Amino acid sequence: MFENLTEKLQRVFKNLRGEGKLTEENIQQALRDIRISLLEADVNFKVVKQLIDRIKEKSLGQEVLTSLTPAQQVVKIVHDELVELLGGGAAQLRFASQPPTVILLAGLQGSGKTTTGGKLARWLSRHGHRPLLVSVDVYRPAARRQLTVIAEAIDMPIFEGPAGPADPLELARLARREAANTGRDVLVVDTAGRLHIDDEMMGEMQQLKQQLEPAEVLFVADAMTGQDAVKSADEFHRRLGLTGVILTKMDGDARGGAALSIRSVTGQPLKFVGVGEKYDALELFHPQRVVSRILGMGDVLSLIEKAQETVDLKQAEEMQRKLLSDRFSLGDFRDQLRQMRKLGPLDQILGMLPQVGPFRQLQQVKLEEKELVRIEAIVDSMTPRERNHYQVINGSRRRRIARGSGATVQEVNRLLKQYAEARRMMRTLSGGFMAKRMGKLKLPSALR
Amino acid sequence: MPIQTLFGPPPPPTVFERLQEAVSSTRQNLAERIEEAVHGQKEIDAGLLEHLEATLLGADLGVATTTEVLDKVRQQVDRRQVSDAGQLTGMIKQELLEILKRTDARAGTQAGSLCREFPQVVLVIGVNGVGKTTTIGKLAHQLISDNKRVLLCAADTFRAAAIEQLEIWGQRTGTEVIKQKPGADPSAVLFDAIGSAKARGIDYVIVDTAGRLHTKSNLMAELEKMSRTAGRAVPGAPHEVLLIMDATTGQNGLQQARRFTESVGVTGIILAKLDGTAKGGVVIAIARELKLPIRYVGIGEQKDDLVPFDPEQFIDSLFRETPR
Ligand SMILES: Nc1nc2c(ncn2[C@@H]2O[C@H](COP(=O)(O)OP(=O)(O)OP(=O)(O)O)[C@@H](O)[C@H]2O)c(=O)[nH]1
Ligand SMILES: Nc1nc2c(ncn2[C@@H]2O[C@H](COP(=O)(O)OP(=O)(O)OP(=O)(O)O)[C@@H](O)[C@H]2O)c(=O)[nH]1
Ligand SMILES: [Mg+2]
Ligand SMILES: [Mg+2]
Repeated sequence: MFENLTEKLQRVFKNLRGEGKLTEENIQQALRDIRISLLEADVNFKVVKQLIDRIKEKSLGQEVLTSLTPAQQVVKIVHDELVELLGGGAAQLRFASQPPTVILLAGLQGSGKTTTGGKLARWLSRHGHRPLLVSVDVYRPAARRQLTVIAEAIDMPIFEGPAGPADPLELARLARREAANTGRDVLVVDTAGRLHIDDEMMGEMQQLKQQLEPAEVLFVADAMTGQDAVKSADEFHRRLGLTGVILTKMDGDARGGAALSIRSVTGQPLKFVGVGEKYDALELFHPQRVVSRILGMGDVLSLIEKAQETVDLKQAEEMQRKLLSDRFSLGDFRDQLRQMRKLGPLDQILGMLPQVGPFRQLQQVKLEEKELVRIEAIVDSMTPRERNHYQVINGSRRRRIARGSGATVQEVNRLLKQYAEARRMMRTLSGGFMAKRMGKLKLPSALR
Repeated sequence: MPIQTLFGPPPPPTVFERLQEAVSSTRQNLAERIEEAVHGQKEIDAGLLEHLEATLLGADLGVATTTEVLDKVRQQVDRRQVSDAGQLTGMIKQELLEILKRTDARAGTQAGSLCREFPQVVLVIGVNGVGKTTTIGKLAHQLISDNKRVLLCAADTFRAAAIEQLEIWGQRTGTEVIKQKPGADPSAVLFDAIGSAKARGIDYVIVDTAGRLHTKSNLMAELEKMSRTAGRAVPGAPHEVLLIMDATTGQNGLQQARRFTESVGVTGIILAKLDGTAKGGVVIAIARELKLPIRYVGIGEQKDDLVPFDPEQFIDSLFRETPR
């Protein structure tokens, strides 16, 4: 769908390889493409305009480095600029000097506050804290019940308050007292979703803040948000003085440009991203990753990190050696697929890869889980020689393999093609795709 | 010489400061500025087109739709040699209206034929948190006010307290809710619901489904199974597949519409949360590509906060600055 920005720019700079300077003229088209790419990623158009000006300023007159193509160089400038805007590293949560620390969650309707409240409590308890949950959403049907169910699921205490109608401020007051009395050091407060233009509800939020004196007022925002992100974030910040942002639903394919929009109107750091409906699906915010994603380069870093957790490192190094020496056999391919299955649903893995070069072809391959079983059967019915030297697999061998595995010849053909793609992909991944392209970003050594 | 030099030059503004400044001007009345620009000047120049482009992009129409619309208008300007800038907005509105009108053919199918099967099964789908359950409450309220017999089906068995939430909407609207335990197979709940609807001569079964991102193949498969289950229980079911779209959604909305349409054949869109400042312009991009009609808009959290989609009004609102 989207052409990757690097690819686009490569076309733009086709004629300018390793020579001369980036000039007004040759950069014009590039800037246009960058602008479109950012707009398609839902970065607010005003923010885009400013960014483009800065990128232009930084690019002009730069010598084209011999180590990078001009396209790569411009992408690097864009990338660095966005990372700088997002504030470099991951931001930490702040805690009050006097417990309990209060964390107030705020945001528009349906952004993910209640779910994030549960995730945060779980995260806090994993990091040595003793959180208490409370919902002061007395408005939405079954909103408080929702947090109770979540608290049960993650085995965290919740302050439910007296039965019957309740007042948010009163609930908050009682919950805070409960936390102090029971030695809970963090109180996570889930609030009702509200529109930034709802004066009364925003007033309630201000009162809550005044009463609770939270160490953190976190704006919970949906990664799919479009241009309006600047308006809502701006108003929430103006009324509440936000201290941080959590971007939810990053497990989809939204490019997440709202991160830049929100950051630029509030100036507050993004602290976490939500990456699923389960309560462990909360990750620290990493600017580089989000920027790669906004630029359509795929979340390669996340993939690699995930791979590192799941993949046997020894085996990975062995695989790496094989790849470099071009001895990546069909048997290895089969093992690799098994490893990939351990990583999670395939479409999720493929979703994290950039839509570029060899990866793009792999997306089209569309492996189904079922198909993996079939692939294993096909590879199993090959001789060791065939697995190690796929070139020898001629027509009659293909027919034999098909018969042996209960597959059709077409399926065997398809597998061989996929294998060829995978060889290419694995080589790119392990050869340090990002490291080469972005210079700065380093791959974990185990996979390099 | 300025005194500052004693302390060195003032620090250059940081990235934020610059951006903050730039963006805060969106707070000013953009539409007004355009209107001013449009009425205040006779000449149609690049600057004016840029303003109009900003309006469309800022309303989430997306680059492709915006470019197409502006190109068409630009051509018309060339051909008819329109020199009055004041006509430009009208021409753009007309282009946008055309896009929405082209979905009318499909919208007509809902008008209902004579040999309708009952119950009519309405599947309500969408990504997480867009407003499905709330919209179902509003739809039920509307149908019941119209003397229809309605049954709600709690097929979101996944999200915490989703069933309870729908039950409260059932109470609010006086509609019965068919449910099973959390974690139950959504298709099984649906099958149940259709069964009781048949037994009781119900007109509409409205099915609340769990929010799901269109990228999750297992969840999309679950939805397809529900659709098949409905089809086996009632000929032609699901009769309506309504995709709920959050008005704050950006360009990802297009991808949502594509994937859900591929998977279970969306018949219409309901644009929720249009009571905020978001314009919901992505539905125009969706209408342009997929010809999906927009049926209703959600304008609040109460049961009667659902109104039929009015294309003219909607398009006007794109050019109007919503008060903060
Ligand atoms: N895929 C995905 N879904 C999420 C994530 N975070 C929340 N959700 C889902 O989004 C929907 C809304 O989440 P809630 O936590 O109820 O949102 P909320 O902001 O509390 O909503 P209101 O209280 O109604 O304003 C639910 O279906 C959640 O499961 C996430 O990171 N990824
Ligand atoms: N302002 C406003 N809020 C709305 C509208 N429609 C729904 N909401 C709110 O949006 C939030 C999410 O609505 P739900 O109906 O729970 O959304 P859902 O799609 O069922 O969510 P999941 O089942 O978790 O995926 C709730 O707080 C609703 O009250 C609307 O038209 N305007
Ligand atoms: Mg909530
Ligand atoms: Mg729901």
